[in-house]
Amino acid sequence: MQKSLNIDPGKCTGCLQCEMACSYEHTGTFNPSRSYIKVFTFHHEGRFAPYTCTQCDEAWCMRACPVDAITVDMATGAKVVHDDKCVGCKVCTIACPFGTINYSQATGKVVKCDLCGGDPQCAAACPTDAITYVDADWTGYDRMLASAAKSLPSAEATA
Amino acid sequence: MQHLIIGAGPAGVVAAETLRKADPDAAIAIIGDEPEPPYSRMAIPYYLINNIDESGTYLRDPKQHFGALNIEVVQQRVDKIDTGGKSVTLADGSSRSYDKLLVATGSRPVSPPIPGLDLPQVHSCWTLEDARNIIKLAQPGSNVVLIGAGFIGCIILEALVKRGVNLAVVETGNRMVPRMLDEKAGGLLETWCKNRGIDVHTSCSVEGISDAGDGQVEVSLSDGSKLGAALVITATGVKANTDLVADSGIEVDQGILVNRRMQTSNPDVYAAGDVAQGVDFSTGNFEVQAIQPTATDHGRIAALNMAGQGDEHHGTLNMNVLDTVGLVSCSFGLWMGVDGGDSAHLYNPEEFQYINLQFDGDHLVGASSVGKTQHVGVLRGLIESRIHLGEWKQRLMQDPTAIMEAYVACTQELSYH
Ligand SMILES: Cc1cc2nc3c(=O)[nH]c(=O)nc-3n(C[C@H](O)[C@H](O)[C@H](O)COP(=O)(O)OP(=O)(O)OC[C@H]3O[C@@H](n4cnc5c(N)ncnc54)[C@H](O)[C@@H]3O)c2cc1C
Ligand code: SF4
Ligand code: SF4
Repeated sequence: MQKSLNIDPGKCTGCLQCEMACSYEHTGTFNPSRSYIKVFTFHHEGRFAPYTCTQCDEAWCMRACPVDAITVDMATGAKVVHDDKCVGCKVCTIACPFGTINYSQATGKVVKCDLCGGDPQCAAACPTDAITYVDADWTGYDRMLASAAKSLPSAEATA
Repeated sequence: MQHLIIGAGPAGVVAAETLRKADPDAAIAIIGDEPEPPYSRMAIPYYLINNIDESGTYLRDPKQHFGALNIEVVQQRVDKIDTGGKSVTLADGSSRSYDKLLVATGSRPVSPPIPGLDLPQVHSCWTLEDARNIIKLAQPGSNVVLIGAGFIGCIILEALVKRGVNLAVVETGNRMVPRMLDEKAGGLLETWCKNRGIDVHTSCSVEGISDAGDGQVEVSLSDGSKLGAALVITATGVKANTDLVADSGIEVDQGILVNRRMQTSNPDVYAAGDVAQGVDFSTGNFEVQAIQPTATDHGRIAALNMAGQGDEHHGTLNMNVLDTVGLVSCSFGLWMGVDGGDSAHLYNPEEFQYINLQFDGDHLVGASSVGKTQHVGVLRGLIESRIHLGEWKQRLMQDPTAIMEAYVACTQELSYH
């Protein structure tokens, strides 16, 4: 069974260890601004919500790409950007309705969560288990995915 | 079942792939008239600057992909459709029959009647063939005039600047990209370009182009200036390639009219991509959008319906993203606003930053931004999901940058317990 990230915002304390770990894994530096997972802060509510690509089934980013630079990693199910093919046109960044694939001025390419090839560093770094990588059927992450999908009336029958 | 697709651009290719998934046993053929394997026009600017070679523009790996999916790719021009006999005639005189036909013939560039457009220094930038011609003439240090600063014009502009030419841009509208950006945003782009040495002429048109000898031309503008150039590029708009269905009885307006299933007035013929006039998500009207995301969405919806598995589509959202020599701008839906709707703005010209959010009640219906690259896609999510923003509307009015927070808060329970 494929695993997925399980995000439970209720457990997040906003420590940003996930952002540190993600940026280190992908850029070799501890630089939260270059992390692919983001912790959003809700001051009014006093809450935090880590958020990243859900590797959604529709894969809007992948379908919009003009040069086949995004493919599915068969082992993890992650939609992965190939830097050697990406031309930096950014059309995927407006096609993904969740805002989770973004242009990097530093590389001239787009970046998104790739599940670290099956060993997501955000989950490993999270001290409170707000982010876990599990093979449960119905993770909080699935709920996030489902509620996101529900919010978009894609109106296309599931083939 | 024989599915026939005319046009090997993104709409045709995505349709063929979707058909294969939906109908593993069907015969599927794509007929395209360009000499190259199926490629993406969108990648041309990156080919112009040597970022990729020609094969980098290919939509898929032509050696493996189509064969593996048992999709036949035919390099021919389709000359005629016989909807009565359900067949098409190819340029070599042969014919092919179909059960379901998809017309995905795209669009072509059009120009106003300017004298001198037939000179060999004048090119549009639409095909790989055009790109090869442009590469020959756009040498570092040469003078180039770009006619049209619309969306496509501005995309080419970036590539030309990177090639190191001396660039002048002429736009009839009062600002750059007038159909995608409002005056503030268009103004930021113009200042940005001028700061980088580009000679921008807005509210100005080209009156004529004449041979100046030595391989050069002279371009005369309505503001009286005369510009010498080794290359003139036209980017003055496109027109849907509807000629093929002209005598078939299929209904045509600006493009081929299709319903929410991408079906034309002939039930066995579908249309998708730049050639199709399909339903617009924001207005519910039928419009030619001529953008890449719409072409691929159209291709998919048409294919599902051709395979009998589709549904009615809620419409495609008009959206664009543009990188103008390093300044990224984007627009979504009804960025110009609706009557009686509220709007929120952040305008910071020193930093070249702009955000424009347009509401109808407590829905977001349109947006545009300049200088923002992170999480812009969520603007699509907020608009297309028709989320009731509730209290978040007020928060966005105060801080239009909080789009991601608004989306996360409105779609997720912040705690699952
Ligand atoms: C330089 C450039 C940059 C662009 N950048 C962007 C961008 O950044 N973002 C964006 O959203 N869009 C962009 N576009 C627009 C985008 O490329 C088009 O919207 C997209 O290509 C439409 O896809 P399509 O499949 O409908 O048509 P096309 O890609 O035009 O493909 C149609 C194909 O059908 C063929 N054909 C036509 N008639 C026949 C016939 N009778 N028989 C056989 N074949 C036929 C054509 O030759 C063509 O190969 C850009 C376009 C250009 C030119
Ligand atoms: S980046 Fe967006 S569109 Fe692409 S897989 Fe992730 S959630 Fe889906
Ligand atoms: S930015 Fe890269 S990955 Fe995204 S659509 Fe363009 S080429 Fe594909």
